[in-house]
Amino acid sequence: MCGIVGLFLKDKALEPQLGALLTEMLITMTDRGPDSAGIAIYGAAGNRAKLTVQSDNPDQDFATLAEELEAALGAPVTLRANDTHAVLELPADQVEAARTAIADRPGRIRVMSDGDVIEIYKEVGLPRDVASRFNLPAMSGTHGIGHTRMATESAVTTEGAHPFSTGPDQCLVHNGSLSNHNSLRRKLRREGVRIESENDTEVGAAYLTWKMQNGASLGEALEASLTDLDGFFTFVVGTKEGFGVVRDPIACKPAVMAETDQYVAFGSEYRALVNLPGIDAARVWEPEPATVYFWSH
Amino acid sequence: MSQIDLATTSLRELNETLQAQKGGDNQTAWEILNPRGSHALAVGLDAPIEVTVKGHTGYYCAGMNQQATVHVEGSVGPGVAENMMSGAVIVEGDASQYAGATGHGGLLVIKGNASSRCGISMKGIDIVVQGNIGHMSAFMAQAGNLVVCGDAGDALGDSLYEARLFVRGSVKSLGADCIEKEMRPEHLDLLTDLLTRAGVNAKPEEFRRYGSARKLYNFDIDNAY
Repeated sequence: MCGIVGLFLKDKALEPQLGALLTEMLITMTDRGPDSAGIAIYGAAGNRAKLTVQSDNPDQDFATLAEELEAALGAPVTLRANDTHAVLELPADQVEAARTAIADRPGRIRVMSDGDVIEIYKEVGLPRDVASRFNLPAMSGTHGIGHTRMATESAVTTEGAHPFSTGPDQCLVHNGSLSNHNSLRRKLRREGVRIESENDTEVGAAYLTWKMQNGASLGEALEASLTDLDGFFTFVVGTKEGFGVVRDPIACKPAVMAETDQYVAFGSEYRALVNLPGIDAARVWEPEPATVYFWSH
Repeated sequence: MSQIDLATTSLRELNETLQAQKGGDNQTAWEILNPRGSHALAVGLDAPIEVTVKGHTGYYCAGMNQQATVHVEGSVGPGVAENMMSGAVIVEGDASQYAGATGHGGLLVIKGNASSRCGISMKGIDIVVQGNIGHMSAFMAQAGNLVVCGDAGDALGDSLYEARLFVRGSVKSLGADCIEKEMRPEHLDLLTDLLTRAGVNAKPEEFRRYGSARKLYNFDIDNAY
C-alpha cells in the first residue's frame, strides 16, 4: 500500500496555496504510507536550471558546495538549503558537469532532480514530520505530486522514497509493485540510463525517461509501460507542463480524481481530496484501467 | 430522524450507535453528515433501520449489512456492501472496485457506474447497476443476480458458477466458461422484479442473459493434468 496525491492548478490564484493544499492531502494519506513521504513541486521558471540535492550531513556537505561547484564549473552557482535538501541554481548547460562534480567530491550528496522548475523533497518519517521539516505548506507552484510510502520492494531509506526523477523536470510516484524491475534495470543500465537505487519505482521512472529520450511523447511512453512493465501500478507522473495518470490493466490499486474550474486533483482515496476548495461541486471519478490521462498548462 | 455528524462524532461511536439498534424501536431513520470519504461507514448493521449518508464514502461502506437500508447520496469507494446478508444498499453515485463482493443476500443498487470486479464471488446478493461495470465482474460468482443497464468490461463472469448475469449494453468480452444464454419467460419475470425493486426504468426484453457453461467446475477428465 502507498498513498498518492497530485494537484494540477488551472487557477493561478491558487498557486501560492499549492504547498499548503498538497501538504494537507499528503498527511491524510499517512494511513496508506507512514514510512516516508515526498513531494515534487513545480514552481516558477527562472532563467537558470535547478538541481535539488540531498545529504544526510547537510551542514557539512552544503557549507561550501556552491563555491566548490563555481570553481569546478567556472559559472555562478547559488545554493538554497532546506533541511537535508538544497536547491542549486546554475546555468542550464552546466547541469551534467555539476552532477559529475558532485559525484566526484567527498561526502554523500544525492541528486534528487534537475530541471527548469522541479524541486523534489523526500525523507523517511511520517508525512506530517516530513512536510514540516521542509516547510512544504509555504511552497507555491503550478502543480505538484506527493507520495506516502509503505515499503515493499526495497528498504525504507531516503533513496527508496518517492517521487523519483530520472529526467529533466520529470518525476514519477507509484502505488503498487513491479515484478520485472530487476531485468528491466539491467536492460536500461546497458542502454546508459542512470538508475541509482534498487527500488522498483525508480526503474519505472527510468523506463519512461528512456522511452522519451528515444522519441516517445509522455503519452506514448505511458502507453508502452502498459506492455513492458509487469506488476501492479497506479502511476502519477509530473512534467514541466503538467501531470498524467495511468493504472495497470488489473487496476487493483485505488485512484480517485476530481476536477473543477480551478484544478485537477488526484488521490489514492477520496479522503485526500475533501479539504480542496469547491470539492463538493467537483466532478469526481475513478480513472479507467490501462488508460492514459494527461493535463497540461 | 436522528442525525450523526462525523465532524463531531467518531466513526467508532457512529457504528456502535447504529449497530446497537434493535428491530421494533421507534428510532428507525438516521442521517449521517460529513462522511468525507471515511472508511467502514455503517457496517455490520442488523436491524430494519434506514440510514442516509450525505456525501461520498471510502472503503467498505455498509459492509456485512443485514436488514438495514443504507442510502448513500454520493459515490462509494472499494467494497461497498461487501458480504451483505440482507437489506438494501442504494448508491446515488459511482462505486469503486468489488462492489457487493461475496454478498449472500439483499439488494445493492448503484445508480452510476461500478468499476472492476463488481459482484466478485457473489453468493446470493442481487446487484443492479444503472451505468456500466468494469472488468472481471462477477468473477467466480456463485449465486444471485447481477443486472447491468449499461455496458460490461472485459472477462465478464469468468469462472462463473450459478449466478445469473443480465446486461443491456455491450459486453467487451466474456470470461472463461461464461456464455450467453437464452432469455426464457421466467428470466424476464425475474428481471422485471429486480428492475422494479431497484426503481430502474428499463425494459427487461432489452437485456441479454449470461451464465455458466458448466464446463469448468464439473469434473471433466480432460481438465486433469
